[in-house]
Amino acid sequence: MSELIDLTLAEARDALKAKTISAVDLTKAHVKAMEEARALNAYVLETPDQALAMAKASDDKLARGDAGPLEGLPLGIKDLYATDGVRTTACSKILDGFVPRYESTVTSQLWRDGAVMLGKLNNDEFAMGSSNETSAMGPVVSPWAPPNWDKARLATALKGDKKGLLVPGGSSGGSSAAVAARLCLGATATDTGGSIRQPAAFTGTVGIKPTYGRCSRWGIVAFASSLDQAGPIARTVRDNAILLRSMAGHDPKDTTSVDRAVPDYEAAVGRSVKGMTIGIPKEYRVDGMSAEIEALWQKGIGFLRDAGAKIVDVSLPHTKYALPAYYIVAPAEASSNLARYDGVRYGLRVDGKDIAEMYENTRAAGFGKEVRRRIMIGTYVLSAGYYDAYYVRAQKIRTLIRQDFETVYHAGVDAILTPATPSPAFGIGEMGSADPVEMYLNDIFTVTVNMAGLPGLALPAGTSDQGLPLGLQLIGRPFDEEALFALGEVIEQAAGSFAPAEKWWV
Amino acid sequence: MNATLDPKKLISGATGDWEVVIGMEIHAQVTSHSKLFSGASTAFGGDQNAHVSLVDAAMPGMLPVINEECVKQAVRTGLGLNAAINLRSVFDRKNYFYPDLPQGYQISQYKYPIVGEGIVLVDLPDGSQITVGIERLHLEQDAGKSLHDQHPTMSYVDLNRSGVALMEIVSKPDLRSSEEARAYVTKLRTILRYLGTCDGNMDEGSLRADVNVSVRRPGDALGTRCEIKNVNSIRFIGQAIETEARRQIAIIEDGGTIDQETRLFDPSKGETRSMRSKEEAHDYRYFPDPDLLPLEFDQAFVDALKAELPELPDAKKARFMKDYGLPPYDAGVLVAERVQADYFEAVAKGRDGKMAANWVINELFGRLNKEGKDIEKSPVSAEQLGAIVDLIGEGTISGKMAKDLFEIVFVEGGDPRQIVTERGMIQVTDTGAIEAAVDAVMAQNPDKVEQARTKPGMLGWFVGQVMKQTGGKANPQAVSDILKAKIGLE
Amino acid sequence: MSVDQATVRRIAHLARIRVTEDEVPHLQGELNAILDFVAQLDEVSVEGVEPMTSVTPMQMKKRVDVVNDGFMADKVTANAPAADDHFFTVPKVVE
Repeated sequence: MSELIDLTLAEARDALKAKTISAVDLTKAHVKAMEEARALNAYVLETPDQALAMAKASDDKLARGDAGPLEGLPLGIKDLYATDGVRTTACSKILDGFVPRYESTVTSQLWRDGAVMLGKLNNDEFAMGSSNETSAMGPVVSPWAPPNWDKARLATALKGDKKGLLVPGGSSGGSSAAVAARLCLGATATDTGGSIRQPAAFTGTVGIKPTYGRCSRWGIVAFASSLDQAGPIARTVRDNAILLRSMAGHDPKDTTSVDRAVPDYEAAVGRSVKGMTIGIPKEYRVDGMSAEIEALWQKGIGFLRDAGAKIVDVSLPHTKYALPAYYIVAPAEASSNLARYDGVRYGLRVDGKDIAEMYENTRAAGFGKEVRRRIMIGTYVLSAGYYDAYYVRAQKIRTLIRQDFETVYHAGVDAILTPATPSPAFGIGEMGSADPVEMYLNDIFTVTVNMAGLPGLALPAGTSDQGLPLGLQLIGRPFDEEALFALGEVIEQAAGSFAPAEKWWV
Repeated sequence: MNATLDPKKLISGATGDWEVVIGMEIHAQVTSHSKLFSGASTAFGGDQNAHVSLVDAAMPGMLPVINEECVKQAVRTGLGLNAAINLRSVFDRKNYFYPDLPQGYQISQYKYPIVGEGIVLVDLPDGSQITVGIERLHLEQDAGKSLHDQHPTMSYVDLNRSGVALMEIVSKPDLRSSEEARAYVTKLRTILRYLGTCDGNMDEGSLRADVNVSVRRPGDALGTRCEIKNVNSIRFIGQAIETEARRQIAIIEDGGTIDQETRLFDPSKGETRSMRSKEEAHDYRYFPDPDLLPLEFDQAFVDALKAELPELPDAKKARFMKDYGLPPYDAGVLVAERVQADYFEAVAKGRDGKMAANWVINELFGRLNKEGKDIEKSPVSAEQLGAIVDLIGEGTISGKMAKDLFEIVFVEGGDPRQIVTERGMIQVTDTGAIEAAVDAVMAQNPDKVEQARTKPGMLGWFVGQVMKQTGGKANPQAVSDILKAKIGLE
Repeated sequence: MSVDQATVRRIAHLARIRVTEDEVPHLQGELNAILDFVAQLDEVSVEGVEPMTSVTPMQMKKRVDVVNDGFMADKVTANAPAADDHFFTVPKVVE
């Protein structure tokens, strides 16, 4: 049975089609793995009965030759996606017990294509975080063991406060951990400032944030409307391509979704990258960047050069302003998007002597510290007297950031290669300092992509000196996810894949 | 801005005269089937929370999608207000907390509204006309309703109205009296009803007014204004302005100053009272709604809508005056409602316009008012009324008989021509018959005939007698002429 | 720019999140740390630059004016913490 969870999503798909395995067996294997891995806290809700029912239905369809592109493939769903009849909380107390009576567009497309739902995955509360430590459901433990910890130390920490065990990144920490630990063949995730790419890099998995508007946001709990995008995390570039094809597409219920045909992304995997021009932006070489990150970057450059791509130095002059601008725009939009969590129509309500008190009590009890912090910053930067100085200015800088990319692409660059994160995964509780900005710096390489609305793919390309996975990021032209899959495949073939050495958490 | 100060409109206070300055923000519910950003119904009534979609209820992950008809309705209204149509406008979020505002923000337009400056011409009862400037018109979502009287400690929230499209029409502070304000709202309502962009039913809440009132000594700078919110009848608008102006004048004359605040008009008390505590001037933190894109359309789109617009009241009034020779007042009465104007035209077609107007305004409207009926429910159709006018024109019946005929048709219905024949109401015009009647009356009253020769005023008495003699059927003009000839007057 | 404690309290009220007096100084510190971080944006010249109004430029798609939603009072009130006969109920609002 354990071999089944070692299949990639593509391999499982092919095996199901070839009838060498059954969907029910495949799902059973993953349900078992999910149950055994509870200590990792990747799943916040398991739906084994529903999964088995869906798998049975898939076996029927496979037998009839009526299989969808994802038929019988078990997936984990980030708890930001509304799933009809299945509790959805955004990992926040304020959505305690919320059971949507509707299905997000992206997940309905997955079910339409035959996928199986194993359960809901943990995430940073309202997608605000870079380590999954702000979740009201507790932190997620990365299946990568901290370097040089012995079995006893691992077991103690796992049973106890989890301190020192590695974070899987965030906000899609449950998704990345579940994929890396083989608790699902793939997972849905969301990315607002790096929440797909950074967790992928931390866990040796592959994730793509598509172009803004490629996937529908309808039914996904909104964090920052102009930055959020849905995307997959999976073990390989091909798996990502397969999942994205099902997730993407125009949705008339989402005004910001783009009416553009969805290509067969899988067909781009394995496409030659000969003659493509890859830009290396000098501004991503930040002060104090570690030698191993620089080495990883050079390694990636070498892989692409060997495959026939042309490497050029480029400049994206406003790079360093993306993170501070992001920490104005995202909280501002979030402060407004989270106003609906008021205890009136759903979720937590803490009573008060009148409605004003009820609001204040409910939201104080329901929101965690990071969420409260961002709502307050967002409220402040939109408030009278500060709107022009902060929000408008940040939106102007956003235009400049996008123009930087447009200039580079216009000059003939097809894609840009950068590191995905400034460091490998750190320990749970390690970044507990008083300075919130320290945590924000994890997104320094990824936020530019959300600010410009471009597609970005992260994949592992090597390991740190201590053996932890390190990731690279490919940034593409608008709606050119295919280039990213082609280039990503080249790197993946050259670098190999990365998995935790053993299942130490079982 | 009305530059000239009209002394007649000043209010006299204890220490001198005061000018009232009024501006209005009208919220007009857009006539559409579904809401501005959701597909739920806008129909009035309906069980609580039945006309509510997941978007209206602000469930997690919900998103707005704009209704194309609401955009068109706003453009049509802007055209009807002779206003600038902005080819690019932006929707902003207006953020505040209230239980009938599920999103915690209202989608509105702040910096870049869909319609810019315009003009409304308003006729006043005394025959004069004022020009009221329109500042802007924008689209926004309506809020739901909170009921505070269903339970001792709880408020009940119904979101049916939440998300319905509103047009907020902001006037410039050009109004100078409660009469002007009432006339302005009346005219605005008429324009909206003509356009079909708002039904103007104030009792259903389709049209609501926020009235800004300030006072000043003539010639001074503008005074501090107070906003009276949600006044829902034209009558109350007038009353609210009167009491608020006097309240402010009394305060200032007493040596006090006006606090800028929001007030409510209490019709039962006939006064305004302060609505919100002053500690919180709302900070709405407007910013462009990131779930939407800027609203853009081209001039061709606007022109196409303009080409389809119906004839509006001002143009129709001018045409009635020109084509039917009507005086301004009569034309104004007829165009106040499009259905009235259409009714009149059906009667006036191929007939004497002035006579038709007279019958519609004085006879029909008068009679309908007595019954409290609208023209839509008139028991007398335009065809029937037209037939009555024809019968007069042909000389078949006299004016007096026509009134009797009208009453019969109003109460009993029927074809006027048939009634006239059946009930022998045909006017006697046969001069022979009239002469015979005149001869008879003159023979019966020889002394009066003598008197009439020197007192022409007695002619009237004779006409009356002859009319009696003929059972009211003689043509009075013919009677008068024949009498004059026979008595020897002229 | 930095915020004082009165501002922290005002913002918390605008956001309808109760903060205790004990929490105010700590929050003040956190907010100021973030504001210090974003202050570097003042270095950038934004002369003549338009703020980003749509991430992926396109014409806004509109809906046809038909009633195709609603009539789901059950669904809409299904998760309500307090409801009565399909009304949402809340502690009384003082006008």
